[in-house]
Amino acid sequence: MALFGLFGGKKPSSASAAKERLQILISHERNNRSGPDFLPDLQREILQVVKKYVAVSDDQVNIRLDRHGDASVLELNVTLPER
Amino acid sequence: MAIVVTVTSGKGGVGKTTSSAAFAAGLAQAGHKTVVIDFDVGLRNLDLIMGVERRVVFDFVNVIQGEATLNQALIQDKRIENLSILAASQTKDKDALSEEGVESVIDALVEMGFEYIVCDSPAGIERGATMALHFADHAIIVTNPEVSSVRDSDRILGILQSKSKRAKEGGRVVEHLLITRYDPVRVENGEMLSHADVCDILAVDLMGVIPESKAVLKASNTGVPVILDHESDAGVAYADAVAGFG
Ligand SMILES: Nc1ncnc2c1ncn2[C@@H]1O[C@H](COP(=O)(O)OP(=O)(O)OP(=O)(O)O)[C@@H](O)[C@H]1O
Ligand SMILES: [Mg+2]
Repeated sequence: MALFGLFGGKKPSSASAAKERLQILISHERNNRSGPDFLPDLQREILQVVKKYVAVSDDQVNIRLDRHGDASVLELNVTLPER
Repeated sequence: MAIVVTVTSGKGGVGKTTSSAAFAAGLAQAGHKTVVIDFDVGLRNLDLIMGVERRVVFDFVNVIQGEATLNQALIQDKRIENLSILAASQTKDKDALSEEGVESVIDALVEMGFEYIVCDSPAGIERGATMALHFADHAIIVTNPEVSSVRDSDRILGILQSKSKRAKEGGRVVEHLLITRYDPVRVENGEMLSHADVCDILAVDLMGVIPESKAVLKASNTGVPVILDHESDAGVAYADAVAGFG
C-alpha cells in the first residue's frame, strides 16, 4: 500500500468499482424496462441459438433496442471467443 | 393543495421509517398540518418510532374496512401540534390495502385540511409498496451508498415512472434522492460510494445526505423522531433536508 502512496497514484478504490458496476447494470436494466416485455425472452432464446454453434457465455451476448425517431433498431452484439 | 409524499426505497432497512418520522415531524414543526401513514401492513413500526405505540386503538385498515372512522384512528402527536399519525394494522395482510380504500382515506385526509400526507412505504415492490407509490405527488427515494440499495432504488424509480397514478395520467411524480447512513470518512477512503456518485448513477436530484449516526438508535429507543434532537448530526441533516423541501 505504501507503494501506491510513493508513486503518487491512487489505489483503485472499491467505491469506484461499485460505481462502474452499477452504471453498467442500471443502464442495462433501464434499457430492458423501456423496451417491450418480450425483450428478456428474446435475449434468452437468441443466446440459446448462438450457443448451439459457438461456445459463448451469457455475458458475451448483448441485445438492446434503441429508438431512432420513428424506428426502433434491435442491436445484437456477440463477442466470439478467440480461436 | 395537499401534497402526498411517499418515502420509498425498494430495499429494506435503509431508513424509510426513520426518514418518514423525521420529515413528518419537520414539516409539522414548520407549521404545516401533516399526517404520516404507515403502509407496512402486518409489520407496523412507525408507531414505535413516533413514540405512540400505546395509543394505537384503530389503524389504517380498520378505516379502509369501515370498522372505524378516520377521526378515531388518527393519533395526535403530543409534542407537535400539527402532526397526526395513522398506524398500520398488525394482524391484517397487505391485500387489505385496496386502491379504492387507500384513495378514499387520502381524499378524506385532504378534506380534513392536511397539507402534507407522508406515506411510509414498506420494503419490496409488492402491494403495500405499490399502494404507497400509487398516489404520490412527490417521492423521497431513500438510498444507502451501497450497491444493492442503489440498484433497488432504480427499480423503484422505474415503477414510479410507469405505474404511479401521475405517470398513468401522463404526468410525473417529483423525485428526490435522500442518501442515508452516509460515512464521509469511508467515502474519503474510497470505501463507500460518494453522494455525487449515487446522484450520477440514479440521475435524481439530491435532497439531503444523512450521516450514519448513533443518534438514530437513541431516538428510536425513546420514540422521539431524530429530527427533534437538534444537537445530533442526523437531526441537523434531516432539518436541512426538510427546509430545502418544504
Ligand atoms: N442515519 C442512520 N444512522 C444509523 N442508523 C440508522 C440510520 N438510519 C436508519 N438507521 C437504522 O437502520 C435500521 C433501519 O431503519 P428504518 O427502520 O428506518 O428502515 P426502513 O427502511 O424503514 O426499514 P424497513 O424496510 O424494514 O421498513 C434501524 O435500526 C435504524 O435505527
Ligand atoms: Mg420501515
